[in-house]
Amino acid sequence: MSLSAAIGQTPSPSPVVDAAVVRSPGYWTGVLRRLSRDPVAMTALVVIVLLLLMAIFAPYIAPADPSKGSMLRRLKPIGFPGYPLGADELGRDMLSRLIHGGRLSLLMGVTPVPIAFVIGSLLGITAGYVGGLTNTLIMRTVDVFYAFPSVLLAVALSGALGAGLTNALVSLTLVFVPPIARVAESVTTQVRGLDYIDAARASGAKAGSIIRVHVLGNVLGPIFVYATSLVSVSMILASGLSFLGLGVRPPEPEWGLMLNTLRTAIYTQPMVAALPGVMIFITSIAFNMVSDGLRSAMDVKS
Amino acid sequence: MTEAVAIENLSVTFTGGSKPVRAVDGVSLSLGQGEVLALLGESGSGKSVTLRSLLRLHPPKRSRMTGSIRVAGRDVLELSPGELADFRGGVVSMIFQEPMLALDPVYTVGAQITEAIRRHEKISAADARKRALALFERVRIPSPDRRLDAYPHEMSGGMRQRAMIALALACRPSVLLADEPTTALDATVQIQILLLLRELQRELGLSIIFVTHDIGVAVEIADRIAVMYAGRVVESGSVRDVIRGPRHPYTRGLLASRVERAQKGDRLETIPGSPPDLTALPPGCAFAPRCSLAAPQCREIVPPLAEVGPAHTAACIRVAETV
Repeated sequence: MSLSAAIGQTPSPSPVVDAAVVRSPGYWTGVLRRLSRDPVAMTALVVIVLLLLMAIFAPYIAPADPSKGSMLRRLKPIGFPGYPLGADELGRDMLSRLIHGGRLSLLMGVTPVPIAFVIGSLLGITAGYVGGLTNTLIMRTVDVFYAFPSVLLAVALSGALGAGLTNALVSLTLVFVPPIARVAESVTTQVRGLDYIDAARASGAKAGSIIRVHVLGNVLGPIFVYATSLVSVSMILASGLSFLGLGVRPPEPEWGLMLNTLRTAIYTQPMVAALPGVMIFITSIAFNMVSDGLRSAMDVKS
Repeated sequence: MTEAVAIENLSVTFTGGSKPVRAVDGVSLSLGQGEVLALLGESGSGKSVTLRSLLRLHPPKRSRMTGSIRVAGRDVLELSPGELADFRGGVVSMIFQEPMLALDPVYTVGAQITEAIRRHEKISAADARKRALALFERVRIPSPDRRLDAYPHEMSGGMRQRAMIALALACRPSVLLADEPTTALDATVQIQILLLLRELQRELGLSIIFVTHDIGVAVEIADRIAVMYAGRVVESGSVRDVIRGPRHPYTRGLLASRVERAQKGDRLETIPGSPPDLTALPPGCAFAPRCSLAAPQCREIVPPLAEVGPAHTAACIRVAETV
C-alpha cells in the first residue's frame, strides 16, 4: 500500500542522532498498538482468525463427511450421540457442515469487498480529484446503482448473470462499488480543498505525486475503514443470495443455503435450524467490531 | 537594488461563479532583493489573491490572470507546467495562515520536509533528513531531531508554524510569500514568529511579501507597505511614510481605527460603510462611497497611483487635502 510505503520513506536513524532520543514509531505501528489495546476489537479479531483457520483446515477438523447423509438420523437435536450439533434434514452432521460451510461463506462474504475497494476507490478518487465533467459522469453512473436497495441489486444482478459462485461474487462486487466510490469521492473532494494540497503545490509537487502521497495518504484510511464495515453486509448478502438459490447450490455446504434448506425444520428442530444463522451472526458482528476498532485506531489525533 | 519581484498591471478575475469576480484589478508592485513588503488590507481586498498569483495557485479553469509577474527575471504567467513545478518551492515558496491545515496530518513533519527537498534536489533520504534537521535547528525548534518524527497534531501552534517556515525554506527559495502566518497564533507566539522571520530574512537575504490585516504586524516586519482596497493598491511607500503620513483617505481611516491610540471610554473610530461588491465595482474610485473627502469627480474616474513623496504613492485625486 502506498501509504505504508510513503511512511517507510522516513529515513532510518542517521549517525548524528542522539541515541537516547526515543523515536516516534511509524503510522501503522501506532495503529496496531492502539488496536491491540482495544479489548473488543482484539476479541473480534481472534474470532475472525479462528473462523478463518476453521475454514482453511475444515477437512481436518470436521468430525464427519459433510455430505454423507443418513435417512434414519434426520433432524436430530443438538447433543445426539455422534452428532454434537445435531443432524440436518438429510441426516448430515451439522457440526461438519457448519465447519465446511465456513469456507464458501467466508469466501463469498470477504472476497467482493477488497475487489470493490480497489475499483470503488479508483473511481471515487478520480472523480473527486479531477472534478468537473469527469466527476459528474462517474458519480451519476454510480448514483444509478445506488438508487437500488443493495439486496435488490445483488439479487437482480445474480439473477441476470445466472446462479453460481462466480456470478454471485461478481454481483456482490458490483453492489459494493457504488458505496465505496461515494465515500472515496466525498473524502477526496474534501481533502483536495485543504491547505496542505495547496501547500504541496506551492512547494512544487506535481499532480501525480500529490495524488499518490497526499491524497491517497489521507483518503485510503477512511475508505478502508468503511470497506471493512461492508464485510459483514457482504456476508449477509452472500448468505441471502445462497438462501434464494442464486449463489452456491446444494449439496455444497454454505451457511445461507443451509439456513434455506433447514427452514422447513424450524418447528421440529428450531435450535438446529438456527445454527447457520448463528454462524453468520457471529462472523458479521466480529467483522463489524474489528472495523469499529480500526476506525478509532486509525484516527491519529485521538 | 535589484528587483526580486516585479508585478505589473496584474488582474485576476474568477469566473467560476455566476458573475465574474475581479479580485485583483491592475495591481503593480515591485520588491527589491532582500526587502520585506507588507500587503495590508481588510478581508476581500485582494491581498491573498495577489500573493497566490505569484505561484499561480489559482485554478486555471476558473480564473483569468492578465498583466505580468516577473520573479528573478522570469515571467511567471508564461512558465510551462513543468517549469512552474520547479519554480514553486525552488524559487518562490509560501507559508500559510493555518499551519495545522497546511501540513498533511498523516505524515510526520520530517517526512514532509524531506519530500519537498527530494522533489527539488537529487539527494539521498539521509542527506535530506540532515538538511531538515539543520532547518529545524535554524527555526529554533527545541529537540529538533525528535520533532522531525512528530505528526503535525503533536506540536503546538507556534511550533507548527516554525515547521511550516522550515518547510518553506527547505529548497532555498529567494522569495518567501507569507499569507497571514501569525493570524492563527496567540500574541506572544506571534512576535516570536515575526522576529524569527525577520532574522531569517536578514541572514538568508530573502525577499518577503507578507500579507496581513494587522497594522502592528506590518510595522514590525516590513520595510515597505502597500495598502490594498477592493483589488487595487491605494497607497504604497516605506513603513515610516505610510504610518506617519498616510495620504490616501482609506489608509488614514485604517490608521485612525486602531485600538492602540484610543483612550478608555472613547468611541473607536471606524470607516463608515462596508467594502464594495467585487462583482459590481463603482465606476470611479472604489473607496469614494465611504470617503469623507469624495468629490463628484471621484465617482467618475479611477485615480491612478501618483507620487506624493519620495518612493511614496497614493491613488487619490484629493491627496492635496490629506497632507
